[in-house]
Amino acid sequence: MSLLRYESQVRPPLVKGNKEYHQVTEDICRPVESKPSRAWWIGFSISLAFLLFGVVSVTMEVIYGVGQWNLNKTIGWGWDITNFVWWIGIGHAGTLISAILLLFRQGWRTGVNRAAEAMTIFAVMCAGQFPIFHMGRVWDIFFSLPYPNTRGPLWVNFNSPLLWDVFAISTYFTVSLLFWYSGLLPDLASLRDRAKKKWRKLFYGITAFGWTGSTKHWQRHESLSLVLAGLSTPLVLSVHTIVSFDFATSVIPGWHTTIFPPYFVAGAIFSGFAMVQTLLVITRKVLGLEQYITIEHIEVMNKVIILTGSIVGIAYLTELFMSWYGANQYESFAFMENRLNLNSPYGWSYWIMMGCNVLSPQIFWSSKMRRNITITFFMSILVNIGMWFERFVIIVTSVYRDYLPSSWSTYYTPSIWEIGFYLGTFGLFFTCYFLFTKYFPVVALAEIKHILKRSGDGYKNKMNEIEKQGSDDFVKEHSHDHGA
Amino acid sequence: MAVKKFIVGSFDDEAVLFPAVKQVRKSGYKIHDVFTPFPIHGLDKVMGLRDTSIHTAGFIYGITGTATALGFITWVATKDWPLNIGGKPFFSLPAWIPIIFELTVLFSAVGMVLTFCYLCQMAPFVKKDHFNLRSTDDLFVMALECTEKTNEKEAVAFLQNVGATDVVVDYKETEWWLGRYDKEIKIFEKGKQ
Repeated sequence: MSLLRYESQVRPPLVKGNKEYHQVTEDICRPVESKPSRAWWIGFSISLAFLLFGVVSVTMEVIYGVGQWNLNKTIGWGWDITNFVWWIGIGHAGTLISAILLLFRQGWRTGVNRAAEAMTIFAVMCAGQFPIFHMGRVWDIFFSLPYPNTRGPLWVNFNSPLLWDVFAISTYFTVSLLFWYSGLLPDLASLRDRAKKKWRKLFYGITAFGWTGSTKHWQRHESLSLVLAGLSTPLVLSVHTIVSFDFATSVIPGWHTTIFPPYFVAGAIFSGFAMVQTLLVITRKVLGLEQYITIEHIEVMNKVIILTGSIVGIAYLTELFMSWYGANQYESFAFMENRLNLNSPYGWSYWIMMGCNVLSPQIFWSSKMRRNITITFFMSILVNIGMWFERFVIIVTSVYRDYLPSSWSTYYTPSIWEIGFYLGTFGLFFTCYFLFTKYFPVVALAEIKHILKRSGDGYKNKMNEIEKQGSDDFVKEHSHDHGA
Repeated sequence: MAVKKFIVGSFDDEAVLFPAVKQVRKSGYKIHDVFTPFPIHGLDKVMGLRDTSIHTAGFIYGITGTATALGFITWVATKDWPLNIGGKPFFSLPAWIPIIFELTVLFSAVGMVLTFCYLCQMAPFVKKDHFNLRSTDDLFVMALECTEKTNEKEAVAFLQNVGATDVVVDYKETEWWLGRYDKEIKIFEKGKQ
């Protein structure tokens, strides 16, 4: 029992069940080393089926063009860009947890960061599909990169937020992947050194890059993690800021607002945490990791949800206030008529958004609700739905009635291939997540061991006993002679 | 191929490891390396390793990214293909900040990870030896390198004395990877060992 470090007894233990280091390894490696359960196979098969549907839908779009989707001249961005922003928002929680909370020294991140980062990477993969296939001629995708070409050379427009997006999202994906994988290396080495089967030795031997746990390597690894966290923190804020610029720098009433960057970032964290809850509530139960992803972790994340949900709520109200206070008739029409008015064609979507994102999270003011797994799961789904509708409201209700009433769009409903594309990204996301839970440690092994002596159950209990002791007793028991 | 002799002591508590490393160094033994399952803050200092400068490399990669983005966009927009957009200046820096920032982060992150892999000599398919497979599980493994002067028995006894739970003498090939991660090393199994 080490007395080197001390952490306040006010904080609940982050690892329950009085673990030793070896027990931690056993617990976290067990799901990877045992055969997948029937539930895993069922879930994986369903995900694959969805993925297949997505592939068919995308193939239809590639062969016959964007006309396969029910977009029209007025509603040029519909489900596709809604889904893009929705997925990219979900992809913000992982880096927030792993980077920003690392800089803020929030110990609880260790239990959830690995899974959240993996989720981030898969969500960004899903998000990227939408703008790529929305381009129509997907084989010309490299036109979006600035490379010397035979057309002048004609360069991409560096002043365009859409190009900023290309850079922001590809950078975000690359950096998140590097951050995640460099954190995984020591844990893959643990799996490699425990492996008994030949293919396991081979697979983890390759993926662990020859990690040994040498002190010098750890020193560099720590430095690398810290700097990557420092880089990812502004990066994660920049990505959704730039996504919001896609809208905010335009002149469409409903998009043209300076509040967008902070409002989008808060919404991204909000929806990202909701998705983390959805996944982890199930993962911890199925893989038996309740002692590592404890109810305290769930509660803390629910606190983040109510905070960011309320920020989003303030942003909604600010927008409404500004549209009235600004006295611009087009702005006012976009908000008061197209959104607030329940009888307008898309008024219902605004109120779903309000209900799911602003009203329902208020339940988390009660600590009893925050610590209720069923409520948490249900709420996380509601928030995911609400945040999808937020993007739908922003995109569709701003464009469907443009400046020329004769071109106001008829009621837009997605085609089967549009829906299929969306469901297909769910398939991609969950296929990746299922593979991840099967082949990689879902909880960061080395990081849990790192905090075990400080925040583990056993240490906390021991410290509690010491704190109850009188100071004289403590000195008597622990003092030793330093030899004058 | 030359072969080196090592005395390998395993510790099961980092609180024992710390003073042990100090004593070992004080007594003049040469520590080849200490392998731990997780980073132990301050161990590098106790072992006398110098600070890593990987963050400096990260900074240099970062400003390289900044300069690349700024230089390239400036060249494109003011020299190679200037576009007159309502008489606005060709050099429109505020609009370029997002891309300049992203490339700074990208260069820095990718460069640092590659540097990390190079310095640690890590890549897919690389196999290395770390003396005891349990050092990625729950043991803290200290390897002493033997010279001609080292008295093997004394060194073993010394390590046991400073708190090692298990001390063995090991021979390794002196290639850059220091031997091979291979099947001769026994895998830890519960109940055995």
